Formats: sequence, structure tokens, C-alpha cells
Amino acid sequence: MSKAQILALMPIIVLSCTTVVLMLQASIKRSPLVAWLITVSGMLAALWGVGYAQNMAQQVTPLLVVDGWGLFFTLLVLIAALVTLFLSREGFAKNSRNKEEYYLLLTLSVLGAVVLIQSSHVATLVLGMELMGVALYAMISFPEKGPLPLEAAIKYLVLSACASAMMLFGFALLYAAIGDLSYAGLGAKAAEVYEENPALIMAGTAMVISGIGFKLSVVPFHMWTPDVYQGAPTPVTGFLATVSKGAVFIALTRIFISGQLASYSGLTSALTVVAVASMLIGNLLALRQDDIKRLLAYSSIAHFGYLLVVLIASSAVGAMTTEAVTFYLAAYMATILAAFTVVTGVAADIEDNHREGGYRIAEFTGLFWHRPLQATVLTVSLLSLAGIPLTAGFVGKFYIINIGVQASLWLLLAALVVGSAIAIYYYLKVIFILSKGTDENSLPDKPVAVHDMLAFLLLALVLVLGIWPQPFIALISEFP
Amino acid sequence: MVLVNLIAILLIGGIIALFAERISDGAPRWVALAAVVIDLFYALLIFSGIDAGQLLEIPRPAQPSSWLMYFSAGWIPAFGIRIELALDGISLLLVLLTLILGAVAVSASWSDVKTRRGFFEANLLWTLAGVLGVFLALDLFLFFLFWEVMLIPMYFMIAIWGHEARAHAAMKFFIFTQASGLLMLVSIVCLAVAYHSATGRWSFSYFDLLSTELSEHSAYWLMLGFFIAFVVKLPAFPFHTWLPDAHTQAPTAGSVILAGILLKTGAYGLIRFAVPLFPAVTMDFAPIAIMLGAAGVIYGAVLAFGQTDFKRLVAYSSVSHMGFVLLGIYAWNTLALQGAVMQMVAHGFSTAALFMIAGSLQERLHTRDMRQMGGLWTNMPRMGAVTMFFVIASLGLPGLGNFVAEFLVLVGLFQVDRWMTVVAALGLITAAAYSLILVQKSFQGAANQGGELQGSQLQGFQLRDSQLRDSQLRGDPLRDYPLRDYRLLQDYGSREMATMAVMVVALVWLGIYPQPVLDIAEPVVQSLLGLSAFQDVALAEVTP
Repeated sequence: MSKAQILALMPIIVLSCTTVVLMLQASIKRSPLVAWLITVSGMLAALWGVGYAQNMAQQVTPLLVVDGWGLFFTLLVLIAALVTLFLSREGFAKNSRNKEEYYLLLTLSVLGAVVLIQSSHVATLVLGMELMGVALYAMISFPEKGPLPLEAAIKYLVLSACASAMMLFGFALLYAAIGDLSYAGLGAKAAEVYEENPALIMAGTAMVISGIGFKLSVVPFHMWTPDVYQGAPTPVTGFLATVSKGAVFIALTRIFISGQLASYSGLTSALTVVAVASMLIGNLLALRQDDIKRLLAYSSIAHFGYLLVVLIASSAVGAMTTEAVTFYLAAYMATILAAFTVVTGVAADIEDNHREGGYRIAEFTGLFWHRPLQATVLTVSLLSLAGIPLTAGFVGKFYIINIGVQASLWLLLAALVVGSAIAIYYYLKVIFILSKGTDENSLPDKPVAVHDMLAFLLLALVLVLGIWPQPFIALISEFP
Repeated sequence: MVLVNLIAILLIGGIIALFAERISDGAPRWVALAAVVIDLFYALLIFSGIDAGQLLEIPRPAQPSSWLMYFSAGWIPAFGIRIELALDGISLLLVLLTLILGAVAVSASWSDVKTRRGFFEANLLWTLAGVLGVFLALDLFLFFLFWEVMLIPMYFMIAIWGHEARAHAAMKFFIFTQASGLLMLVSIVCLAVAYHSATGRWSFSYFDLLSTELSEHSAYWLMLGFFIAFVVKLPAFPFHTWLPDAHTQAPTAGSVILAGILLKTGAYGLIRFAVPLFPAVTMDFAPIAIMLGAAGVIYGAVLAFGQTDFKRLVAYSSVSHMGFVLLGIYAWNTLALQGAVMQMVAHGFSTAALFMIAGSLQERLHTRDMRQMGGLWTNMPRMGAVTMFFVIASLGLPGLGNFVAEFLVLVGLFQVDRWMTVVAALGLITAAAYSLILVQKSFQGAANQGGELQGSQLQGFQLRDSQLRDSQLRGDPLRDYPLRDYRLLQDYGSREMATMAVMVVALVWLGIYPQPVLDIAEPVVQSLLGLSAFQDVALAEVTP
């Protein structure tokens, strides 16, 4: 391995070193604050590493590819991890123990996500996904002991393990048929092998789709999502919703683009079914939720349904595929992080006021009049998720509609319109509750805290991406 | 830049009003009034600077320089999206209507809104800014943006300050408009993609997209996308079901804006975009649209007649009146289009005034139910007279604006479709029925009083009224407790009368001397008609 290659892997190396330092620290003297500081500085160093690697873009071994696109998402993942770290420090219940290990797990999970983002081979795909996933099982149940987190963790563990096994077996079948596991090789050779051995390819692909579909929580692999979202500590939910899902989607995009998979009509029709089902079922099930985290879980199912449109259309639109995926995911991550920042803060306040069930939407009644900043952030995030203009979510949706039109995917567009029309109902329901007159359940006034400043920054990001997207579009359109 | 300022004054005014609440409780409404009035005078000032010759010149649709005013600046070059604003005769009229009714709405909210005034006035101003944007934007992306964004402040106005069933009404209003708006967005993107594949360059500009070549089949679908978005907003039968709820539940100022201005954005969209972008397929589609329009005229009138809720009756009458606008647009000849524009302006004033009266009644009686009214004229003669005037305007009495509008539409339509003209003309009769019943039930007849109240009882009622007021302040659902003692009623004061006078003068002027409005709209109508051979065909059908 040359020096340039090592430099290109700087973010991964820095993150790996951070985990080692964290382990050593825990064995010498336990201190949550020190662990937190080490993790934060590790993330910051990794950010610096991204800057370093930027000029070294190249294929590093057949396993990893370092390019502008991957590095950009590495940056996003690191920022999301920093936000999660901040929220974890603020938001966890006072009685949670063993915080040091939590930070270690978080770092491992970020490492997995970065590997996944830069993967160009099935080996790194599986490696990254498992590293990220296994750390997440523990993160879900670790910080807070209680039946809900445990249930969520067990559910996620069992189902995720099944999905991983499924995916591995699927890849094994594909390998048996094709004899190549690089993304480019898989796609290129699949067509000719399919002539001789259709059953193997079909079975393998179906299994891989179900494995990846599980991680993305698209219908019909979505069952775990609401329970895990609800049960996990809120910062972890935010992390799962942004980093974990985002990284898997990027890996999927890489497979699609390098393998030019969109030219396989069988695959795209299967994905069309999945996408349409996700948009409709995700949005329909969200209608009856009264827990804000469950609501966001169902909304995320629909959102990944929308995103699939881009992949299905990728053969027709060329370079715009990555641009759209990048914009949509970045907008989605910023929006969701903003929403979870507020939810973490408000839920902690509600519990401070000695009430159970801090995530019930009814508890948010009248938030506008007592926490104007937090309520505004949550409102704008929800409007962004609904795709209302002037928010980042709208530009993302505009990309998807644009791509859908270019590829003439009318069925998917119809589902998108219907899905969005349904979705507006439950987003507005929350906004209505926020703006309702106050009653005895409302929270007392509280001055603006540091926590709110973070929410405000994320709000600014969502608005800037929505009002003046040009600089960002110019930046991301340069990626291959 | 002038056009940007028009919008910016309202936006900034809204922000100031939001924070003016901290100075004093009454400050926001003064800020709001100042912002709207300054904007109105600013508009008048710049419009008077346009020389008369240019005003009469027929603008060439695809050439921005021939419009009265034009502003363009880059925004998202990656998709060729520009901040492109332009003004022609029709938008000029609608901008003035918006600002005048904006001032009226501020006045309507003067004593009506008692909680969170800063946020209320801010929402009001932002809605107005959004509507101005809709009337001025000529980049379709920007147009869509204003189209959607104006919904949010309007939603808050209904959802926070509305009446008892506000949650349902606000939600319905938003979902109807948003869902139909998405169809329009898909259509807009389709147009832009077609333009992109033809020229290799992205553009959302009206001036570019006007010349996009489309197959007839796809043009029909795209036209439907626009059509549905606009007729939902208009609203035309059968897409009108959101309207009675939203209008009834909105606070008075919200109803004024909804009925007076927001509905006109739908009509404006049809005139500006739906027809000119797809002239050929519109010709095939016109009979269906005319049928919907005529159905709306009759259906709205019949439903209006059956209402017992004062505001609901006025809301359904809007459905009926907007049917005339749809008829006028799809008859697509000079007379009918002039009539449609006239109807937009005249209906704006007459309905806004009726909603204000409904609001005043609710403020005084705590009910909108006409069965609990009656004989109000005795105690409130000024209000009664004003109501009578607007009711008569709304039923289309010659000499007032609405008559001119409906007459022009009917004459224009007669050249295109005689039988539908007959049906629509029936609407004038039904209008008389529902309008007169409105004033009969509420202001005339015997006073509907549960007996005279004495001393302590009277105090008891006053007390209950003040409790009601408090519960309303807290946002509790308003229970149906009509005020029984009419001696407590206050007639219109000078503020209300001044507001009403503005609209009375406007309607009389429109009725007696409509020529200036027709002159301003004329060149635009001619240029629109020049876009297609549509009207020739339509006329040829009638000539024996």
C-alpha cells in the first residue's frame, strides 16, 4: 500500500485509532466526560482527515473507493455523529450507567458507516454493514434500561441478523453464478450468466434486496422500524435514521451505478413495487400514530420509497442520479437531525416535569407559545419532510419529480403525489397541536438553551438549502 | 426591482408586526395597517408612472419587454430557474385588489382578534405577500413556490384563530390545495423537461415554455394538471368542498382574504397559465369546463339557499359566483374574458364585505346561526343598510359591479354555447333568492328575543358574555350561547363604516363607470386571444 493510499484512508484510520484510545481510556480510568471529549476530538480529527483525503481520490485496493462523493458523505456522517454525541450528552437520563462504552459503540458504528459509504466490493459492504449494525444493537438498549429499549434492541437484533444472513446467502448465490463480487463485476456479468442460470441470479438478487431493504426499512421489510424508533433513546434513533439508513442507501446507489443495474427490467419492476408500497403504506400507517417517534419512523419508510425512484430511473438520467441522491439525503439528514434535536430536548423537559411518555404528540400541545424556537424548528422540519417550498425537502422532492418525469415513471409519480397528499395530513396534525392554545398539559416557559442553538443551526441549514440551493447544487454536481 | 419591493414591504412588515407585540398589545395592527397602506400607495405611485400609451399597448406574450414591468434575476442556474416577475394589466388590477382588501382585512381583524396579535398580523401580511407573488411570478417554479407558501400562513390563521371546527377546516383547506398543487408541479416539471429535451437547456420561464412543442396527448394531461390545481382553488364544482368549511371557520380577516383574494389566484392561474400554455387542447376541453362552470353556478346557489349559517351561505354564494369566472374564461372571447376579470374584482369586494358583516355579527351575537337572528335592523340600522347594499350587489343589481361582470360573461358565453348560457342565467335568479333570504332572516322580520331581560338577569347575560369572551381567548371551543338581549348590541362605528365605504364606493364605481378597468384589461385580453385561433373556432361554431 502506497503512502497516497494510506492518506486516502485517513478518516477510517483516525476513527479506528479513536476506538482503540477509547478502550484504553476505559480500562485506565472511567470518566464519561473524558470519553466524550476523546470521541468528539476523534470525530473532529476524522473531519480533518476528510480534508486530507480529498486530494487523494483513488481506488484503494479493490475493496474501497475514495472519491469526492464518498468523502462528502463521510463528512455528513461525521457531522451527524457529532450532533448525536451532543444530544447524547444532553439528553440521556441521569441514571444511565457505563456511558464510556456508549461512546465507543458510537465510534464503531460511525466507522462502519464510513466503510460502507466507501465500499466498492461486497466484502466491504458486508463488513461495514455489520460493524455499523452490531454496534447499533447495543446502542439501542445500552444507555437506558427499560422494557421498551430492550424490546427494540431484541427486535432489531433478531430481524437484522436474519436480514444479514439472507443477504450473505444471496451474495453467495450470486458469487456462485458470477464469480465476481466487485460492484462493477456483479452488474456487468449478471446479464450473460442470467441466460444460462436464471434461477440462481434471481434467488440471489431477491435475497440481497430483502437484506438491504430491511436496513432501509422499505415495505415489506419495514415491520421493525416503528418499534425500534420508539424504543431506542432519541439520540440513537436520530443516528439510526440518518447515518445508518443513509450509508446503506449510498452503498446501494454505488452498486446500482457501477453495475448499471437499472437496465435490468426485472430488478427495476421489483423495486417499483417496493417503492410504491413504501410510499403508500408508510404514509397510511403514519396517519394513526400518536407518538412522534413512531410517526417519524413511518414517514422515513415513505421517504426511502421516494428515494428509490432515483435508483429506478438511474439509467435514464445519468449524472443526475448521484446529484439527486446527494441532495435528497443531505436534506433529509439535516431535517431529521433538526427534528430529533427538538424532540430530545422537549422530551427531557417533559420528563423533568415528572410525566411519563414524553414522546406522545399530545404532550407537545401549545409548544409554540412556550418554546417558540423549538416549535419553529420542529414545524420547519415537518414542512421540509412534507416537501413544502422554501425548505430543503422541497428541492429534494423537486429532484425526484424531475427525475421521475425524465424517465417517464408515471406509476411512481402517481404514488408519490398520492403519498405526499396523505403525508401532509399527519405532518399538519403535529403542527396543529404545536400551535394549539395552551392547556394544563403544556410545558412552562424556559429560556433558550445551548441545545436550542444547535436546533437553530440545523434549522438555518434546512432553510438555506431550500431558499438558496445553488451553491450546494454546484458543489454536488461535480461528483461523478 | 419595484415588483420585488412590493412583495418585500409586506414580508418585512410581517416580521416587524411579529415583534411589535412586545411593545404593546395593539401595536401589531398598526404596523400591519401601515405596511399594507404604504405598499398600496407605493403601488399606486409606480403604476401612475406607467404612461397611458404603454398601458394600451397589446403585450406580446412571449416578449417580456413589451409588458408593463419586468424583473429578472438568477436564482438556481442549475435548472435555469430565475426570479422572474412581470406585470401586465390583469396583474395590475389584481395587485391593487389584493392591497385594498389587505387593508380591509387588517381593519376586520382590529377588534376581532384578541390573542397573539403579532403572529396573526404577521400571518396576514405574509399571506398577502404570497398572493402578490402568485400574481407577479412568471417563472413557473417561483410561481409554484408562492402558490404553496401562501398556504402556510393562511393555514395558521384558520388553525389558531378560527372558530369551533377549525382543525378540520384548516386541514381540509391545506390538503386540497397541496395535493392539487402537486399535480401542477408534476405538470410544470414535465413542461420543463420537454423544453430541456428540445433545446438542451433548462428553463422554467413562462416566456420560454410558452412555445414548447408537445404532442396533443401529453399536452392534454399536462393541461389537466394545471386545470385541477386552479379549479380546486377557484373553486369549481365538484372540487369546492373545502371552501365552505374553510370560509366558515376562518377568522373574519381570514375569510376576507380567502374569498376576496385567494380564490382569484385560481382564476388568474387559469387565465395566465392553463389556457395560454395549452391553447390547442383547451379548445377540446372548453365544453367540459363550461359545463363545470354552469353546474357550479346553479349548485352553489342551491346550496347557499339551504344554509342556516350566515358565513356558510356567503361561502356557497362564492362557489356560484366563481362559476361565472370559469364560464368567462373558457368562453375565451373578449367580452367573456373581460367579464371574468370584472367578476374577480367585483366579487372580491362584495364577498369580502359580507364576510366582514358575518364577522361583526358573530362578534356581537356569538353565533352565526340565522335562526337565532332576526330584526337586527332596529338596533343596528347602519349595519343593516350596509348589509342590504352588499346583498343587492351580490345578487347582481344593475348599476353595481357584479352586474356588469355577470352580464359580460353571459353575453360572451352566448356566442359560444347558448344552452349553457341559459343555465347560467338561471343563476341570477337563484342569486336573488339566497341573497334576499340572508338579509330577511338576519336583519328584517320580528326580533328573535327570548323576552325582555331585567336588571340582574341582564347582568347575568353580560357576565356570561364576558366569560364566553374569555373562553374564546383561551382557545376553548366556543359553545353555542347566543346573546339574547339586543340592547347590548353596538352598531357599526366609524372604523367599520369607513372600511365599508371603501368597498361601497368601489362597487358603485365598477357598476357605473367600469370602463377604466375594462381598458386596463383590454390589451391583455387581446394578447391572450392572439395566442390561439381558439376563439375563431369557437365563434365559427355559432355563426349559422
